[in-house]
Amino acid sequence: MRLGAGTFAACCVAIEVLGVAIFLRGFFPVPVRSSAGTGQQSELPAPEPSAGATSNWTKLPPPLFSKVVIVLIDALRDDFVFGPKGMKFMPYTTYLVEKGASHSFVAEAKPPTVTMPRIKALMTGSLPGFIDIVRNLDSPVLLEDSVIRQAKAAGKRIVFYGDETWVKLFPKHFAEYDGTTSFFVSDYTEVDNNVTRHLDQVLKRGDWDMLILHYLGLDHIGHVSGPNSPLIGHKLREMDGVLMKIHTSLLSQEKERALPSLLVLCGDHGMSDTGSHGASSMEEVSTPLIFISSAFERKPGGIRHPVRVQQTDLAATLAIGLGLPIPKDSVGSLLFPVVERRPMREQLRFLHLNTVQLSKLLQENVATYEKEPAFEQFKMSERLHGNWVRLYLEEGRSDVILGLGTKVVKQYLEALKTLSTALSTQGAQYDVYSMAMGTAMVLEVLALLLLSTPQALRPQAELQVPLLSPAFSLLFYLGFLALSAVHVVVCTSVENSCYLCSLSWLAAGGVMLLVSALLCAAMSALVKACQAGDLRKHPARPRPRWSELELLLLLGTLGHMLSLGASSFVEEEHQTWYFLVNTLCLALSQQMHRSFLEDDQAVPTLPTADVACKVQARPVLPGDLRKWTVLASPWLVLVCCRMLRSLNQTGVQWAHRPDLGHWLTSSDHKAELSALAALSLLVIFLLTQRGCSPVSKGALALGLLGVYCYRVAVGNLLFPWRPDSRAISKGIIEARFVYVFVLGILFTGTKDLLRSQVLAAEHKIKTMGLWEIFSGLILLAALLFRPHNLPVLALSLLTQAVLANFVWKPLGHSAVEVTVMHYWFGQAFFYFQGNSNNIATVDISTGFVGFDSYAEAPAVLLTAFGTFAGPLLWASHLVHFLSSEASSGTALGHAGFCYALAGSASAAIYLVLVTALRYHLFIWSVFSPKLLYEGARLLLTAAVCAFCSAMDHTGTSGA
Amino acid sequence: MKDTDIKRLLYAHLLCIFSIILSTFVPSFFLENFSVLKTHLTWLCICSVLVTVFNLVLYLVVKPNTSSKRSSSSPKVARFLKCCIYFLMSCFSFHIIFVLYGAPLIELVLETFLFAVILSTFTTLPCLCLLGPNLKAWLRVFSRNGVSSIWENSLQITTISSCMGAWLGAFPIPLDWERPWQVWPISCTLGATFGYMAGLIISPLWIYWNRKRLTYKNN
Repeated sequence: MRLGAGTFAACCVAIEVLGVAIFLRGFFPVPVRSSAGTGQQSELPAPEPSAGATSNWTKLPPPLFSKVVIVLIDALRDDFVFGPKGMKFMPYTTYLVEKGASHSFVAEAKPPTVTMPRIKALMTGSLPGFIDIVRNLDSPVLLEDSVIRQAKAAGKRIVFYGDETWVKLFPKHFAEYDGTTSFFVSDYTEVDNNVTRHLDQVLKRGDWDMLILHYLGLDHIGHVSGPNSPLIGHKLREMDGVLMKIHTSLLSQEKERALPSLLVLCGDHGMSDTGSHGASSMEEVSTPLIFISSAFERKPGGIRHPVRVQQTDLAATLAIGLGLPIPKDSVGSLLFPVVERRPMREQLRFLHLNTVQLSKLLQENVATYEKEPAFEQFKMSERLHGNWVRLYLEEGRSDVILGLGTKVVKQYLEALKTLSTALSTQGAQYDVYSMAMGTAMVLEVLALLLLSTPQALRPQAELQVPLLSPAFSLLFYLGFLALSAVHVVVCTSVENSCYLCSLSWLAAGGVMLLVSALLCAAMSALVKACQAGDLRKHPARPRPRWSELELLLLLGTLGHMLSLGASSFVEEEHQTWYFLVNTLCLALSQQMHRSFLEDDQAVPTLPTADVACKVQARPVLPGDLRKWTVLASPWLVLVCCRMLRSLNQTGVQWAHRPDLGHWLTSSDHKAELSALAALSLLVIFLLTQRGCSPVSKGALALGLLGVYCYRVAVGNLLFPWRPDSRAISKGIIEARFVYVFVLGILFTGTKDLLRSQVLAAEHKIKTMGLWEIFSGLILLAALLFRPHNLPVLALSLLTQAVLANFVWKPLGHSAVEVTVMHYWFGQAFFYFQGNSNNIATVDISTGFVGFDSYAEAPAVLLTAFGTFAGPLLWASHLVHFLSSEASSGTALGHAGFCYALAGSASAAIYLVLVTALRYHLFIWSVFSPKLLYEGARLLLTAAVCAFCSAMDHTGTSGA
Repeated sequence: MKDTDIKRLLYAHLLCIFSIILSTFVPSFFLENFSVLKTHLTWLCICSVLVTVFNLVLYLVVKPNTSSKRSSSSPKVARFLKCCIYFLMSCFSFHIIFVLYGAPLIELVLETFLFAVILSTFTTLPCLCLLGPNLKAWLRVFSRNGVSSIWENSLQITTISSCMGAWLGAFPIPLDWERPWQVWPISCTLGATFGYMAGLIISPLWIYWNRKRLTYKNN
């Protein structure tokens, strides 16, 4: 079967996407749980150890607090309470922390720092897997053991107001609830009022045992305007008021009850300096955790630095405080200060319960638990505890016994610490079988692509697909049989869950079939390549030498792929791309000088002969002028890149550096931002309109005006004639106005493309259609980009124009070189936009542009487009550029093939690297997010390749 | 081309390497707390001055370009001034290139500039010594098949290897090893220095290796 190179590449990438999907399913493990079934309450609590003496304390200790109120403020960072902001905006809380009866901690959240996994961690005490981030949007019911479940089982009445996620996680657990949806990010007053309005009534009623309040406003402010926005102060003050109200109410009612009540203030995760969260920077993982109760000792005063603890410790502490069994999967340890005023015997009992629960978890998850130092420590402290209880029962309380008890407590605390860390570092189990199948598929596709490169990059850009080669059919059947055998063996022997085994037989068989067919195809391609190599040796045709530029492109692409094996290079990948793009510009400049020089010396036989023609064909002065513009163009691109680089600082190491973007988005510089945005929109219009039909020109102009109006309506920009209007709306009308023009331009473009196919000769119409599609995408990007990112769009267009007119056309680069350069620039612009290999930098507010409420499909699509706008725009420019070049019969096929090769090679190498590094310390914080990005990018590559090959087809059918 | 020429080249290059080694060890006798990493800027100054002096002396002694015709029309002072201007211009253009590559624009200006100075010392200075302020000759040497003596050939190799060294020296900067030499521009200056030294060693060997294949117009 003969196929065009582009089509072949698109098919290959599609298969590779499937392989990556299987790999991802195997890579992101389901978190390990306690094997004991959840739900049944049959287990008795561990009795007190007593070393021979008879202790009759086998029941759970009684609760310490009668009522618990948990105030969870989304994205409450530790310095919002303990730092200068807290002092300024939360005076009551600061007073409680410094002088009141309270214990404060800084609780460290584990990545992913996203709301749902954090709620799980707080309530179950376990560490949710990374994949929870993907399930964040539609949280399934929590099946694990949690404090909420235990409280419900013990007959406590729980009341909840706040984020809907809780209601989804714990359905039927709350006696009363009112969930607020968290999806509309730009709303930060209504969500919190919806929680606070219940407060007076519920506090007065007092018919509950546990009250949970989850405030979302602070997180929304962070997403919209960052942690330094003045709105944060207002919100903190509001929260302080809420806290004061609850605390005074609890205190006033306390006299009527026997036991004191407990007020817990916590955050689920922090907030990075850009206001988002998801990753593992210090600002994102540090949250305050404050216990306030009259049971605690009133502090004499003075500021203490809060101790760092784990977020998972809350579950165990709450369970003990309420006299409940500790959740089974909890890896947290009791926060000792909370119980330190209880009698010594009770303290030891609490600690014992917690260590027993942790050691059980250890026994279930570690085969060689007896050798673990944590387990030894546990045994030792249990023995000491037993001895102490015997002494206590024999001699009663005395100072000596108390002193001994303190030693046992110390021993217990150490055991708790080691147990807790041993459990949290327990590597989650990978589904190696699915990972191996996915990797095999991806590597086979890569091999197939690599082996068919010489064939595909011939001028015909066609290749014989060796899929049906009969000589290897035996290999195919053998491979299939062997894989099936492996499948049966693996699925019958492995205890832990395996994704491929859980598939139906038909689907698994399909995967086997695909893998063996690919193997067979790759083998036959290899044989063919060997034969071709043998043939080629005889005529002794000299291989054309690689030019410096080609060498740079090849080595740069390869080097970047290999660099992803180091975590720092993943974190700072933008630096790699900026470096490579700069070097590329310098190399282009060098090539240009050389070609002009050789042109001056009138050397006729050079690949750049058409430069000579073009330059000499013109009159002297314009020719000279053109020469200078051409020589200056790479420097112009370099200057553009340098400016964009200082617009958004991304990555990890230098992310805190001040950048232009922050300066522009701060509320003092609205006028400057407005001017810059207007200028950028003007540049975008000037550069985009040149290829459009008059109708689309008008639509584009109106659309760009609409973009500005939308940003004014949202409150980012200003109209010069209305410099201080404060009215802020959601800008739905304006955004929809722009959407209409986007769709109109895209429609016109598609119509032109279809017409070019029908008329079968109009090359110009096709080019115009492609440009219209390109400009439609640009208009959409202009709408979605934050205003300070509009220069990225403008300079991207400028760079494309400069490179196309003054570099690629005059120097006559081949389609392959142009494709790889587009790939590089696309990657660089991905980072210029402010993206990084961190989930936190995904700007989810783009999903809400023009929508009243959350709608899943458009929100996901818009967010994906907004994130990958850079690579996508460069890819569509590539398609337009190559098809506008008249001489390119097969350029698009070559381009599609190269794009596919670059994308799939990087994905394949990254999969192999991640598999090799799966026990690396940073696997969850650094490598996994990058893996998700790489998967998304491969999907994008598949789409681009499909578009390329479609355009290629229309081209060939048109010609 | 004779073997003696290559030998002279080798000795000259060894002296240049010696100058760099000298610059790392000798100042510690005169200056307190001197070390290449901690007082990097001092080392940069000393190194560039020493390399300049050695290069000038060597080219005055060895006189490699006596064979090529020299434009004796312009007086020597003017030539010298022109050389200085060229050198300064090269420093500034290197500085601009570093900033374009992402060096901070306002902070660490002195560091960046001294890096530009030392890279100019390794690349532009030998060119000025050998070719004089003659742009045509420079373009000839650095275009394809334009070299006309082993000196020019070695010039090409050392220049390219110094630049490559500086380029490669940027690679460790983003790594999180927290070493003192990962700070801008230390790794790059060290890279350039090692690149220069590697070029000095490689070029005589390479010329010796390829002496059969190399034919120069003038020799």
